[in-house]
Amino acid sequence: MISFTINSEDVAYEGDASTPLLWVIRDHLDLKGTKFGCGIGQCGACTIHIDGVAQRSCVLPVAAIEGRAITTIEGLAPSHDELHPVQQAWLEHDVPQCGYCQAGQIMATVDLLNRIPDPTDADIDANHTNVCRCGTYVRIRKAIHRAAELTSGEES
Amino acid sequence: MSSALDMPRVTRRQFLILGAGAAGSLVVGLPAFAYEDEGDRMLGWFIQINPDGSVIVGNKDPEIGQGLRTAVPMLVAEELDVDWQNIRFEQMELGLLQTPDGLRWKYGGSQGVGGSTGLTKNWDLMRQAGADARRQLIRAAAARLGVDESECDTRPGAVVCESRNAVIPYGELVVDAAALPAPEDAAPLRSIADHRIIGTHRDTMDARDIVTGKARYGIDTVQPDMRYAVIARAPVLNARVRSFDDTAARAVDGVVDVIRVDGPEVGEPYLILASGVAVIATSTWAAMKGRDALEIEWDESPNASDSSERFWRENDEMLGADGQIVLDDGDFDSAMSSAATTVTHRYRVPFVSHAPLEVQNCYAYVTENDCHVIAPTQQPGGAARAASTVTGLPMESIRVEMTRVGGGFGRRLSNDYAAEACMISRDTGWPIQLVWSREDDMRNDFYRPGGTHEMHAGLDADGRVTAWAQRLASGSKYYRRPNMPDENLYSAELYVDDFPRRCLDNVRMEYFHNAIGLPRGSWRAPAHTANAFVIQSFIDEIAHETGQDPLQLRLDMYGEPRELEYSGHGGPTFNPGRLARLIQFVAEQIGYGKDLPEGSGIGIATHFTFGGYGAHAMEVSVADGKLQIERIVAAIDCGLAVHPNGVHAQLQGGTIDGLSTALGLEITVKDGQVQQGNFDDYPLATIAAFPTRFETHILPWDDVPTGVGEITIPSAAPALTNAIFAATGKRIRELPIGDQLAG
Repeated sequence: MISFTINSEDVAYEGDASTPLLWVIRDHLDLKGTKFGCGIGQCGACTIHIDGVAQRSCVLPVAAIEGRAITTIEGLAPSHDELHPVQQAWLEHDVPQCGYCQAGQIMATVDLLNRIPDPTDADIDANHTNVCRCGTYVRIRKAIHRAAELTSGEES
Repeated sequence: MSSALDMPRVTRRQFLILGAGAAGSLVVGLPAFAYEDEGDRMLGWFIQINPDGSVIVGNKDPEIGQGLRTAVPMLVAEELDVDWQNIRFEQMELGLLQTPDGLRWKYGGSQGVGGSTGLTKNWDLMRQAGADARRQLIRAAAARLGVDESECDTRPGAVVCESRNAVIPYGELVVDAAALPAPEDAAPLRSIADHRIIGTHRDTMDARDIVTGKARYGIDTVQPDMRYAVIARAPVLNARVRSFDDTAARAVDGVVDVIRVDGPEVGEPYLILASGVAVIATSTWAAMKGRDALEIEWDESPNASDSSERFWRENDEMLGADGQIVLDDGDFDSAMSSAATTVTHRYRVPFVSHAPLEVQNCYAYVTENDCHVIAPTQQPGGAARAASTVTGLPMESIRVEMTRVGGGFGRRLSNDYAAEACMISRDTGWPIQLVWSREDDMRNDFYRPGGTHEMHAGLDADGRVTAWAQRLASGSKYYRRPNMPDENLYSAELYVDDFPRRCLDNVRMEYFHNAIGLPRGSWRAPAHTANAFVIQSFIDEIAHETGQDPLQLRLDMYGEPRELEYSGHGGPTFNPGRLARLIQFVAEQIGYGKDLPEGSGIGIATHFTFGGYGAHAMEVSVADGKLQIERIVAAIDCGLAVHPNGVHAQLQGGTIDGLSTALGLEITVKDGQVQQGNFDDYPLATIAAFPTRFETHILPWDDVPTGVGEITIPSAAPALTNAIFAATGKRIRELPIGDQLAG
């Protein structure tokens, strides 16, 4: 049995320990916001947080997360009525087109801002590698900068 | 299956009817049956107005990221006169009904998105629905107040009658309005000057669901007793299963069944792409592990020696002979022989994959009398046809639900994955969710056709182009289509009415078909991406080789605004003056002609696609073989922009799609096998490839919207390669650009 928390709830997983965390989240825990895109950790659609750090869950066996705290897009906002600043910035810039990759984009951005609170464009280019097939990068860039503003505003 | 080009259109006016919906609401829509002996006419509804004043707009077409779920409700809100915050949408299912005249669309027209028609086909239909509903509410209010309806008007969400000093919210009128007789004629529509919603910014209707992870795509489907299925697919094009051993697969924990899936004969039309072996399990991962444990013997395929290398060589050989002349205006041969100067070049456009981020998937549950399909599809009618073919059930017994779609790009005009899901459910009895892996998706696509284009131009002593020819050897998209004669294969690749036809006197098009075994289909803006690259590169080359300015040569060739006959998709007319206006605009915006440092250059391009006009200007720098896109200016003339923020989004995304593809994407074949399988060897560009200086512009034209999604892409790649030439003198004649600038 593998024990961990997901969005602050306890989970005891008793299935195949080699299963990638992505499929445990999607098929066993029925949290569908985290997406399958490539299965090789390349595109970032499956990005979640483990103890607050972004990870690509499609290549990570569930056995590796014993005792860890997982956050998915469903657990990012502080409450049902509120949004995380990165989600808020995504709405302000109306980023999504098909929207399929956006949960991963948002989870990656939260982690980026934790590491680099006010990223330059060069920081974004160097660190933000999630793929968006619709090409929403123009708005993703603006939303990352806006989220940085919103986050620093909160802290001040 | 329907292509982007053969979308049925509403050809006659069908009068709206009104009915009472659940909880005392007013429902507005079309009669599904318009026959006298039909008592219950089965309302196909578009709009539901509730007693609390809220309005639900039924969106009948799929949402693939093009923004219909926002733009269509805007059309209704405008004419019905309601505040935007009171509008919600509901995704309709496929509505097909059997009538004495055969199958009919329940919601007044085709349900499906392709060819950038999503908004244009809803433009009249949904505005009229809103206007007729508004008039009916006015009539109900006038009757209640005992005044003539001319004494009543509306303000958002309410009927107002100044003479009685009355304001009646719509919600209080819905029961009366539902009881009124149906309107006999169409209510007048608002003029553009009176629009207060069309043409304004509205946030994406379900954006909050997307950013919180609540939006549901096909792959997120969960149904009672559902099992997951994956298919082991042939590694070689068109190879068939000879035999398989499923002992180890069945031993995998969670695997519940393993079955053979039969594919088409080689060369037959596609229902599904190829035969394989399906593994059904209690989870996606168990099904994938089971698939890994299969041992399959494949028959030798007739395409086992297909290769890209051979494809390109065969194209060059074919172009050395005479092909099928598909257009021959004027006298090309004489014009060429009397030309003062001639220019000729060959270009290559590769096969590319759609690669939507949501892999193909489909839920299907086939029982004796019914079939339930839940699919991310661009063509739900095609999904129903596929299900009907697989199950033998009549079309009206197939229920098709549409989810939000994680990217279309033309891939989901084909419903092979729906047919597969129905086959597996039919043969196992399980309700199943079929999931493809990324490798399945990339190696089993309906690829954008690759081709070799040979271009010829003749110019007179004044530098005017007098003769033009495009000779193309390619794998036609129409290959393996049912009832498709060989002599029509060209028509998917060469659009004979495209520029420069009717702008020049002597124009020839010639086609050669290469029957490589790669499946092909519609990829965003189909042949326009290839033809825009070729034509806009070639004009640049003509200009440079004859000492002319590339912008001025284009302006000379396009000429003044005028409507030319255009029989292709996006007609009935094409106005080259609109291209001239656009390319002049983007050139001015980017500072075309200004002095630039060594290694920098500006390129421009423009193209007419499916009724709309797009243009790009780009500034690039190249240093040590490394390309940097410094600035992008993109512009669109889509007539009237209904939802400008959505148009800008498409313009940004289409530009990026065009550039990402031109920079590094190509599907190649060796020994009958697709050599790319995932995003490591098919590298979609990431944010770092695109500059912060990225401007998009909408240039309004008239009062009718054209499509947008595909208009934004074709001119992006040639603007980039023309800029590369301006910066370096290196002409890119083969896509993708890849490492051609290195060294």
